[in-house]
Amino acid sequence: MTAPLLSVDRLVRTYRMRAGMFGRPREVCAVDGVTLKINRGETLGLVGESGSGKSTTGRLVLGLENPDAGSVAFNGRRLPAMDTTEWRASRARMQMIFQDPLGALDRRLPIAAQVREPLDIHAVGDEALRTARVEELMRSVRLSDDVGQRYPHELSGGQRQRAVLARALATKPDFLVCDEPVSALDVSIQAQVVNLLIDLQAELDLTMLFISHDLRVVRQISRRVAVMYLGRVVELGSADDLFVSPQHPYTRALVSASPTPGARRGERIVLSGDPPNPAAKPAGCAFHPRCPSAFARCRTDAPALVEVAPDRSVACHLTGPESHATVALGAVA
Amino acid sequence: MLQPLVSLDGLTVAFNGVKVLDGISLSVGRGEAVGLVGESGSGKSVTWLAALGLLPKTSAVSGSVKLEGTEILGASPSTMDRVRGGRVAMIFQDPASALNPVLTIRRQVGESLALHRGLSGAAIHAEARRLLDLVGIPDAERRLSAYPHEFSGGQNQRIMIAMALAGNPDLLIADEPTTALDATIQAQILELIRRVRRETGMAIVLISHDLGVVAENCDRVAVMYAGRVVEEAPSAELFDDPRHPYAHGLIGSLPPIDGPRRRLTAIAGTVPDPKAMPQGCAFAPRCVHAAALCGTKPPRLRAVGENRRVACVIDQPVRATDIIGQAAE
Repeated sequence: MTAPLLSVDRLVRTYRMRAGMFGRPREVCAVDGVTLKINRGETLGLVGESGSGKSTTGRLVLGLENPDAGSVAFNGRRLPAMDTTEWRASRARMQMIFQDPLGALDRRLPIAAQVREPLDIHAVGDEALRTARVEELMRSVRLSDDVGQRYPHELSGGQRQRAVLARALATKPDFLVCDEPVSALDVSIQAQVVNLLIDLQAELDLTMLFISHDLRVVRQISRRVAVMYLGRVVELGSADDLFVSPQHPYTRALVSASPTPGARRGERIVLSGDPPNPAAKPAGCAFHPRCPSAFARCRTDAPALVEVAPDRSVACHLTGPESHATVALGAVA
Repeated sequence: MLQPLVSLDGLTVAFNGVKVLDGISLSVGRGEAVGLVGESGSGKSVTWLAALGLLPKTSAVSGSVKLEGTEILGASPSTMDRVRGGRVAMIFQDPASALNPVLTIRRQVGESLALHRGLSGAAIHAEARRLLDLVGIPDAERRLSAYPHEFSGGQNQRIMIAMALAGNPDLLIADEPTTALDATIQAQILELIRRVRRETGMAIVLISHDLGVVAENCDRVAVMYAGRVVEEAPSAELFDDPRHPYAHGLIGSLPPIDGPRRRLTAIAGTVPDPKAMPQGCAFAPRCVHAAALCGTKPPRLRAVGENRRVACVIDQPVRATDIIGQAAE
């Protein structure tokens, strides 16, 4: 098998924050030992609720933040440290798309100028080539030429996100991190952008990390999906069957919480308890206070992510290798 | 037929001469759950803000809004004060900004109780506690003296629901009540709304851009586009067999969660600008079935079959199979 384009090994990122003005500073572990591999031309989906660390993972992967521990290797080489010359050069090959296109665009520059900017920064080709490349990019994201002369506020949400995408693709990156790129868009426009991303990925052989809280969109666009909960990956598997047969109790609840038009299959699992708070992470398995099948061991030991079937890894004592004896116990408890 | 609880007829709203709502006719029966879906700017929220007299004075509102047969559009402020909160309550997307950050929960829930139920003193306290219990706030007694920032987003939405329930309303207008919440918390809040409805028999209008949320929680759904209702049908029928090309496109835009992955049927183009509305059907410029006739005048909402209405000149209902796979870019 070929080496993965991106491999992330036991990444940890901790922030210090204060509770209130006079509160004692605390360590908040946003990403807690995340290991991922993404093969060339593949899209990995990353799902989870707010505070699960999915966006931080995206930023760490791009080297926009330095991890406290662990490493990121791109194309077999360790990512250069932030703000070095090598790091700046690597930016051309790795790009990011955010949720809010209006915030990502400069309001005072016409679209074409913004799409051109990365070409100027990375000194790609000459004047004529850059102009031609901008036209090509605008076409590839299905924006008409006149849009290039307009300003961000004159565009619709979908058009803006296309413009951001054109700019991200300007330097022909190999790898794209998309952080909730369609969450702010209306359903019909969302479908346009999702279709476009799928097409571009196939055309340009892009490798993507697609971060979203929307299971449907993630399934549509990804080949493999990782589910995060409080800084850890709790389940990893192929997009086709992860949501059909979720193994981790959290994934099960998440799938069941996704509302579906038409007939509902099976009982809805409504989790009790509050949304997870990264500043007050429970001991043991972080999910145990909300887990319907938690048993004694879950309160003390954090389960590791282990392969339970081909192309499926789960971090749960109920599905782990030494768990066969405890499964029955868990069901009773 | 029984008199509907609330009926809107020809409700039209214009801001500075720009029409944003054009002749909405919709009724909500007692205890019924009606969904209102559509994209941003389609007028879902404006419809109910207008009906409850909550729009700024600069807006021009016309048409009719009847509450159990009594006209309330343009009613006196004192009448509206009794209607709002007492008969019809409303909750919004962002509970944190709907609550007053410097008042305790007791004060805020108590305010509705004093206003609509005429309670005072210990009765307020007891009833506020009961309401917090009802909406599932643990340790209600102690948390009555907490402030909104001490609660999570989901809990704040529970408190909003408790406040809405304080006046024993016959109808709750829930405007994107779970949009700002995480998936598992959304499931909790929707479950809470279902339980409250079972216990009180309250009717609900659920405004949402999320087709799944509406489908699972409503008996009947109205689809809005550019200030008009384009289709109205029982939930199950709408999602199995949408008749209006826009409703069709909307449902086709939703990626499936299981089964084979299919290309999404994105609707080409964008929502028209209210200042430059097409002369005919507002959806015609984006419609794959648009014919010459569509450009002349907006189609009327007409009855199709038993309990469905659709605003489209195309007689032959479009079938799911016609559009799926015919990806419009």
